Amino acid sequence: MCPAAEAVAGGLAPLPYRLTGKRQETADTWTLELEPARAERMAPFEPGQFAMLYAFGAGEAPISVGASDGASGRMVHTIRAVGAVTEALCATATGQEIGARGPFGAAWPLADAEGADVVVVAGGLGLPPVRPVLERVLAERERFGTLSLLYGGRSPDDLLYRDALEEWGARPDMDVEVTVDSAGADWRGRVGVVTTLIPRARFDPGRAVAMVVGPEVMMRFTVAALRERGVPAERIHVSLERSMKCAVGVCGHCMLGPEFVCKDGPVFPYTRVERWLGVPAL
Amino acid sequence: MSAAVTFELDVLDDLLAALSERGHTLIGPTVRQGAVVYGEIGSAADLPRGVTDEQEPGRYRLGADGGAALFAHNVGPSSWKSHLFPPSLRLWSSRRDGQGELRVEEEPLDERRLAFIGVRACDLQAILVQDRTFLDGAHRDRDYEARRRGCFIVAVNCERSASTCFCVSMGTGPRAEAGFDVALTEIVDAGGHRFLAEPGSERGADLLGALSTRPADGADERAAEAATERAAAGQDRALDTDGIKELLYANLEHPRWDEVADRCLSCGNCTQVCPTCFCTTVDDVTDLTGSEAEHVRRWDSCFSLEHSYIHGGSVRASVRSRYRQWMTHKLATWIDQFGTSGCVGCGRCITWCPVGIDITEEAAAIRATDLREGLEHADA
Repeated sequence: MCPAAEAVAGGLAPLPYRLTGKRQETADTWTLELEPARAERMAPFEPGQFAMLYAFGAGEAPISVGASDGASGRMVHTIRAVGAVTEALCATATGQEIGARGPFGAAWPLADAEGADVVVVAGGLGLPPVRPVLERVLAERERFGTLSLLYGGRSPDDLLYRDALEEWGARPDMDVEVTVDSAGADWRGRVGVVTTLIPRARFDPGRAVAMVVGPEVMMRFTVAALRERGVPAERIHVSLERSMKCAVGVCGHCMLGPEFVCKDGPVFPYTRVERWLGVPAL
Repeated sequence: MSAAVTFELDVLDDLLAALSERGHTLIGPTVRQGAVVYGEIGSAADLPRGVTDEQEPGRYRLGADGGAALFAHNVGPSSWKSHLFPPSLRLWSSRRDGQGELRVEEEPLDERRLAFIGVRACDLQAILVQDRTFLDGAHRDRDYEARRRGCFIVAVNCERSASTCFCVSMGTGPRAEAGFDVALTEIVDAGGHRFLAEPGSERGADLLGALSTRPADGADERAAEAATERAAAGQDRALDTDGIKELLYANLEHPRWDEVADRCLSCGNCTQVCPTCFCTTVDDVTDLTGSEAEHVRRWDSCFSLEHSYIHGGSVRASVRSRYRQWMTHKLATWIDQFGTSGCVGCGRCITWCPVGIDITEEAAAIRATDLREGLEHADA
């Protein structure tokens, strides 16, 4: 008999999760599927929250949640191997266990977005943290207005979730636009930065809620383009990235002005952080 | 103040013995390597009798003109923070077996009950400031909580100030007002060498009740009052906190940050001696067999490049941005985060800065050339 699952709120000690599946997305990015290895598991995640994943002996890294299933405790994380910890996580073999703790941070404002046109703008590795938003809106489609995904990557080879993009793009109730910064002759899609998609995307700026995630410079230009289109600043939300060691607001690494990105964010109303993002190297 | 009592010098050992009997490990000021630091003590004989300190920006020397007094020194490079929030602490260890199964074990809590002997008013405030960081948020630090809960605090009111002290302007001293179990004022005069003791908690009153004391008389109370007044009057450093948060928020691009960056070595000394700085990083280490690993938290400093490192580079790559982060956090953003200043006016960062950078001087320089006033003038 399996012992009853026990949800554990985010503390400092990781819980064991078993790697059940692994898919290479791009040259340096993998998607890992995890399930609780024993009875103890993390409490359910809201879209936009993150987990601290622990590679044995290498350390922890904050990783967004691409998908999570509250009932089974299964998690999906997409990770770019850019440092010792993320490299070790991506190198984990199926069947092996890693550590995970969470959920941490503030979620995307899905309740506020009910009845609104939902505009999701993602750059590069920014797609995984908004994937649960797309899934939630599609699952409860009648609660929301139009749904747009505007996604930009460096090159066609850097695009994540190709199958999902194709599937979403085929849906009549969702508008998917993809662009890349540069591409070879075999790319039939758009070339240009993600902000070029905003003027012609199908949504009503007066009733839109925008969720933006990507490199900080991409978010700054995206917010400017959204405001230009007429989306009120207070209905634009961004997800920020900073160094994090604890994820609970006590290690000091993630500060942006008075905000702790780990616990006050990572998702913020843009108006709350605009002042701080405008100061270089703050 | 309720029921102040006076006891003679030799009763101090009874006080320390009573705390030991109640299961406390005594931590107090003691001289090590040319500085007064807080370490384990056994009796009053371990206290720095007659030791004084001479402090200036970038300078600290011990003196011996304190006569018979045990607490004639001011604060040194160590703070009580080291004992409530250790510089290095294993949070958990993990084990991976041949099948790839991971076991994680949290570190057992330190069950010792500490007693702090000789906590100055500024440091008492620093403990209350750290309580907000580690106990008042959604996340309670279990290790800090265990250490703090068992801790008995004997405060000592300052009777002199170092040149680097500015607690009066921060409203944190030199007299301990709250947060202690017992507060002492050391009096050495024609009436003898004695301590005026005030209870600050039930267990403090209980401890004093077990000692040989007499009710404080008018002469004792006047002498104690004069001592703290002397300390207050001896301070010529001050930090003007009026509207300091708005001042610094409006001056994040002030040219003074460039000026101080030219002097700052970015060594992090200020953050290591500060009694409220709480930044930590973690080290993950494995044993030689590769089957056991530890996750060790240690003090970090916002002056290091690694502190703000994310893939692609450090957010705060310049010394200017790192000094600005430290000072605006201490004096401004801390207020938004924890409802209090992160500075208690102890002056350690001034004394222990190798180039003598003075936080009061930096804040004053920005106030004197507030960019907002320039804008107002431009508008006019």
